[in-house]
Amino acid sequence: MTKEYKTITEISGPLIFLEKTEPVGYGELVHINLPDGTTKRGQVLDTSADVVAVQVFEGTGGLNEESGVVFSGETIKLPVSKDMLGRILSGSGEPLDGGPRIVPEDRVDINGASMNPYSRMPPEEFIQTGISTIDGTNTLVRGQKLPIFSGSGLPHNEIALQIARQAKVPGSEEDFAVVFAAMGITNEEAQYFMEDFEKTGALERAVVFLNLADDPAVERIITPRMALSAAEYLAYEHDMHVLVILTDITNYCEALRQMGAAREEVPGRRGYPGYMYTDLASLYERAGVIKGRKGSVTQFSILTMPGDDITHPIPDLSGYITEGQIVVSRELHMKGIYPPINVLPSLSRLMNSGIGDGKTRDDHKAVSDQMYAGYAEGRDLRGLVAIVGKEALSERDQRILEFADLFEDRFVRQGRDEDRSIEDTLQVGWDILSELPEALLTRIDNKYIDKYHPAHKSN
Amino acid sequence: MKGEIYRVAGPVVTIMGIKPKMYDVVHVGHEGLMGEVIRIEGDKATVQVYEDTSGIKPGEPVVNTGMSLSVELGPGLLESIYDGIQRPLKVLQERMGDFIDRGVTANGLDRERVWEFKPTVSSGDSVKGGSVIGVVQETENIEHKIMVPPNVSGTVDEIKSGKFKVDETVCVLANGTELSLMQKWPVRMPRPVENKFIPRRPLITGQRILDGLFPVAKGGTAAIPGPFGSGKTVTQQQLAKWSDTDIVVYIGCGERGNEMADVLNEFPELQDPKTGRPLMERTVLIANTSNMPVAAREASVYTGITIAEYYRDMGYDVSLMADSTSRWAEAMREISSRLEEMPGEEGYPAYLSARLSEFYERAGAVKSLAAEEGSITVIGAVSPPGGDFSEPVTQNTLRIVKVFWALDAKLAQRRHFPSIDWLTSYSLYTQGLSEWFAENVGPDWVSLRENAMDFLQQESELQEIVQLVGSDALPEDQQLVLEICRMLREYFLQQNAFHPVDTYCSFDKQYKLLKAISKYSDMAQEALESGIPMKDILALESKDELAKVKFEEDFDGVLNTVLDKMDKEFEALGGN
Ligand SMILES: Nc1ncnc2c1ncn2[C@@H]1O[C@H](COP(=O)(O)OP(=O)(O)OP(=O)(O)O)[C@@H](O)[C@H]1O
Ligand SMILES: [Mg+2]
Repeated sequence: MTKEYKTITEISGPLIFLEKTEPVGYGELVHINLPDGTTKRGQVLDTSADVVAVQVFEGTGGLNEESGVVFSGETIKLPVSKDMLGRILSGSGEPLDGGPRIVPEDRVDINGASMNPYSRMPPEEFIQTGISTIDGTNTLVRGQKLPIFSGSGLPHNEIALQIARQAKVPGSEEDFAVVFAAMGITNEEAQYFMEDFEKTGALERAVVFLNLADDPAVERIITPRMALSAAEYLAYEHDMHVLVILTDITNYCEALRQMGAAREEVPGRRGYPGYMYTDLASLYERAGVIKGRKGSVTQFSILTMPGDDITHPIPDLSGYITEGQIVVSRELHMKGIYPPINVLPSLSRLMNSGIGDGKTRDDHKAVSDQMYAGYAEGRDLRGLVAIVGKEALSERDQRILEFADLFEDRFVRQGRDEDRSIEDTLQVGWDILSELPEALLTRIDNKYIDKYHPAHKSN
Repeated sequence: MKGEIYRVAGPVVTIMGIKPKMYDVVHVGHEGLMGEVIRIEGDKATVQVYEDTSGIKPGEPVVNTGMSLSVELGPGLLESIYDGIQRPLKVLQERMGDFIDRGVTANGLDRERVWEFKPTVSSGDSVKGGSVIGVVQETENIEHKIMVPPNVSGTVDEIKSGKFKVDETVCVLANGTELSLMQKWPVRMPRPVENKFIPRRPLITGQRILDGLFPVAKGGTAAIPGPFGSGKTVTQQQLAKWSDTDIVVYIGCGERGNEMADVLNEFPELQDPKTGRPLMERTVLIANTSNMPVAAREASVYTGITIAEYYRDMGYDVSLMADSTSRWAEAMREISSRLEEMPGEEGYPAYLSARLSEFYERAGAVKSLAAEEGSITVIGAVSPPGGDFSEPVTQNTLRIVKVFWALDAKLAQRRHFPSIDWLTSYSLYTQGLSEWFAENVGPDWVSLRENAMDFLQQESELQEIVQLVGSDALPEDQQLVLEICRMLREYFLQQNAFHPVDTYCSFDKQYKLLKAISKYSDMAQEALESGIPMKDILALESKDELAKVKFEEDFDGVLNTVLDKMDKEFEALGGN
């Protein structure tokens, strides 16, 4: 099918409409030849015997009714190969690093197919990130999707990079391969990532897709799909453990909203499309472990919450799909604490399957629960102290108040290059818990108190 | 008559050239993708397609099956995992590998498997819809009754016995109707029953806050709304694991693949508390995860409830969990907006509330056509955007269901699990079940429960004062109330789903635990009145030791030791 149509009847935002075509497939890749000799790409959104609607990835600038439209006869495919490692590609998969084109070992549909739930292996292999607030209280496992919910101006990029540098499965030699997809971030931010990748040698084991702030917004719709296709290929065909970092999901959703408006769809909450949950799920669900295959895809994406509001549709719908979230807090950041992770609204739903005897340590869950309970109560008390003063607190409450400070100062706070082992993390946990009266440790079985509590351990 | 595709827009395909009936199943395109007619307009009809439509073109052929979307009902349902339109995921994996491709049809029931059929009627017997003609031992504990389909009746002419595949004839009626081990039923139509009655038995879940404070009856309806990460899925899975029902139908509707994999992984290993057999043997799973086609997601709840009705008709107690009904409602919204229907509240179709009530109406305690007593308890998770319960799905659901388990993000953040808010949740069954509780749990159970609720109510009022003046400023008796409430919350209401012992708590244990807290409360009040300083009453070791009794294997032994100690400690305080 190489026939070129010059039957565009309408151009509206990122969409073009054309008539009198031969039957065109839904979702087909489209090439558009502009009068100035350049070409753009697009995708069929709606197809009938009378009219075809196409969304143009690079935007419709420069298009007119003279432009020629060629339907490729297939959906969008990404050429994939193991040689993608070490390469930097554009948001639509073209080499940006001056290197040769990717010689494909295969071409895969970027939408991917849904993984059969029956084929999934429940993720349970502990990934040590070296960050206590993650390993200790919101443990990440191989095959999980655990995004960072952050806000503008907070150090989420540093955290993501620290994780990318430090992540390992204790007892296993292999490093993670990293697939990094930038969606609408600034050139400067992208540089920050690239430099770190280069400095640490991570680039050799990375595939980078860059759609920057000044690249067309529509392209953002396909960038994460390309990245995930590459990740799946490396994981399931080449047995690699892949860590996918998509940043920033918020820019992706803005592009989605823009597309919806262009199509004149009935908008859902705050103007975002009603199908945004399903659309985001088609990205986030592309993580996991498959029975009988060695590799895995772990997603650690970044999302900046507009107005730091966790109920905003973007974090809200994400939270409903991902297997937890790591929440970066402005308050802790202002206090000068790095990494400013607030454990209370953070959660790793797969933590329970990744920790415990034989995986991390038998007391892990109990220590974590106890710290949560103490910290939550301590923070509440801070509010109270502001009103009634510390003296009005009971002895018990005062101890809990102090615990909250200890927790932030010793457990949360750590260096940008401090790579704590899980034993170190749990040790810090016990150290601060032992500052509380033992009777308050109601979440911890006595057997663990006997075994690990500094006051009992030695005898 | 042959039709063809006119238009493709995502999961919605317009066809022309054939005249289907509403809800007919059609196969569209060269690959024969399955879909269902949802609108007819002039010479065109609109089809929601259950599979991905990428690459499908106008002009491709369309074939009408003339049948509505139906499920296959018969032995072999148990232990299965299906997608939203009853294709076994295991078969899909065998045919297409680890990723779901399209254009593959697969029977809901295995055509090769052979079952031992024991007839229970003889020739000459007259049978009607629902009559049992024989039985098949489906799993160790479930005797699968082979029933005459609801709309069939007549006199048995021939009845066989022995080994059969599901589609082989085992019975012929005088009017020539042939019956096999399997029947089909259209999912959108409730299966008929003789009559419904008011549920009077509780569903025992082993979850203290549910059984103790907000019980649901067998045959009742409950909703569990909450923001993300607040515990809907964990609660639903706890119910699926520990409820004292015969059959569990668990629908993962637009949720995570890993959660279904988890159930698949865990259930064969866990024991049914009632029978000691692997939980999987009483379970049917429907998994239409968030990344699977939305039209099939819309169908999944109907597929599930129809299977539930079928076992109910045999006289079993069935519980059905739908996680999450919000994703189902969103699937309706998505399809509706593609149809360019007039949107109602927040873009949901105007028929949202009707669909929800039709669905919950299929729950109930019934006398089946065969005069068996069975029930379906429906428990639906609701996922309100931003955790705001004022949205349409939550509100419409609350108008229908009788039990409301409100999950609270603040409790979840504190790791108070299950994070069910005891102040806003309710059960409209408590009254109707109180007789059962008095007889089966303890005559004082109802008053223990009411006392506990009373305390918790007082706590919330006292908390407001504490926020202003601090707890030390409260009079001692009120400080004691706060302490009792802390015990109620931490020792009784909190229950760790992942603790090997605490995950399930029998009614006997629940009763004893609540009684123990009540005992401390009574003795402490008495001691306070007789002038013993509050500080000493609070310092009792036995009180703190009560915290961990729920985790003990030897619950009774440890509890008795603690209670003895409590007696002694109070005695030592003197007073009176
Ligand atoms: N009873 C419980 N005991 C211990 N932990 C619990 C309990 N209930 C919930 N949790 C914790 O809360 C986490 C989130 O629960 P769950 O996955 O059920 O949330 P959800 O409401 O279904 O969220 P979503 O709407 O995103 O699916 C669990 O992973 C677990 O860590
Ligand atoms: Mg859930």
